[in-house]
Amino acid sequence: MISTIAVSTGSLLVLIGLWGALTNRDIIRMIVGFSIFDVGIHIIMISIGYISGGTAPIISSLSEVGASFVDPVPQALVLTAIVIGLGITAFMLTYAVNMYNKKGTLEIDKFEELKW
Amino acid sequence: MVRKAFTLLMLIAVGMMLLGFVMNFTEKTALPEVSSHYIEKGPAELGSANIVTAVVVTYRGLDTLGEVTILFAAAAVVGLLNHLNRNESSIRREGSELLNTASTLLFPLIFLFGAYVFINGHLSPGGGFQGGAIIASGVVLTVLANPNRKIGHRVLSIIESLSGLIYVALGAAGALLIANGFLDNRIIPLGEFGSLFSAGIIPVIYSVIGLKVGSELSSVVITLNGETIEEDAK
Amino acid sequence: MEILFIIISVLTIIMALTAVIVKDRIVAVLAGGAAGLFASILFIIMAAPDVAMTEAAIGSGLTTFIFFFALRKIRSKDNG
Repeated sequence: MISTIAVSTGSLLVLIGLWGALTNRDIIRMIVGFSIFDVGIHIIMISIGYISGGTAPIISSLSEVGASFVDPVPQALVLTAIVIGLGITAFMLTYAVNMYNKKGTLEIDKFEELKW
Repeated sequence: MVRKAFTLLMLIAVGMMLLGFVMNFTEKTALPEVSSHYIEKGPAELGSANIVTAVVVTYRGLDTLGEVTILFAAAAVVGLLNHLNRNESSIRREGSELLNTASTLLFPLIFLFGAYVFINGHLSPGGGFQGGAIIASGVVLTVLANPNRKIGHRVLSIIESLSGLIYVALGAAGALLIANGFLDNRIIPLGEFGSLFSAGIIPVIYSVIGLKVGSELSSVVITLNGETIEEDAK
Repeated sequence: MEILFIIISVLTIIMALTAVIVKDRIVAVLAGGAAGLFASILFIIMAAPDVAMTEAAIGSGLTTFIFFFALRKIRSKDNG
């Protein structure tokens, strides 16, 4: 039940982020849209690994192994994905600052060299 | 107009794909085979109480090495682009007296907490990435308190490259000398399950990752703050 | 637990919508950070404390600060 709600939330966040990145004309707000897209993907991946009634995969003693735990592999993948997301966001923001230094504006429509 | 129609079309396409996925989604009741192997055999094999740490550092250690490399590349490109297009830095307003005093008082404590988080990564939630982020937020605090302070990139780059070298060397030691493969943690004895000095070299590798991630994130923060330091220029 | 989960999910979606719709850049960045913070509560309920810590420290904290540093660079050129 919980993971179904979470998958719906994640899908909605993906759609909202994509909508923001595609329709906003301001570069900073496009990047905000991309980071919301990121959060949505992370929620979807964690909820795929959720087991009904599972607990966090941290074991307190070796005899406890029989209990039900959630899937640790998607968690490990999302852990690295979040850190990479920060690197990519910093990368995009540096480009945005550079574009501002060139043109003095952040409106994407003013960058006519990008059109073809 | 064409652009709006295209945007709408793309959103509808992605929405249909996600809708199909959500409709067919059912909550799992049993683990996949690989994951249940990690959970059942992992603690006895590797001696790590936190299975996520075992997966990140050992079972999927090569992925983590690649991930740290991507982060390094991103930090390097941020620094390069900033260096190419730097403009004359303006003198910024200092932080208040309160912020200044608090940041000098708090930074060592924040650094200590970050170190605690990554040294205990194999026992409790947390680890190298979280600890590195905590250290970087301490750096954010000092940068906010005193925007004109010069922080040398040289120290950061030395820490960063040394920890990367140690990471690869420890991984290669597992492959070449004693244990079963690249990044195997059983170079030294596993020790008693649940104590601080256990799980082979997992705490060592995670501390190294923590230092590397912390220095990379700090250098991204300092670069974006705009005070790039040329020690030999001028 | 499920009611709490639904409330936090709705709050996450509201924050994300605010971040996309609102005109002011600073409010957009702050709302994006708040969406990440609520998402980290969702991660805790889904039994993923490691991911929750990372999301709260990196996805919500450091990302917002990096946005503000970039915005300050842009605005300091605006004024002078």
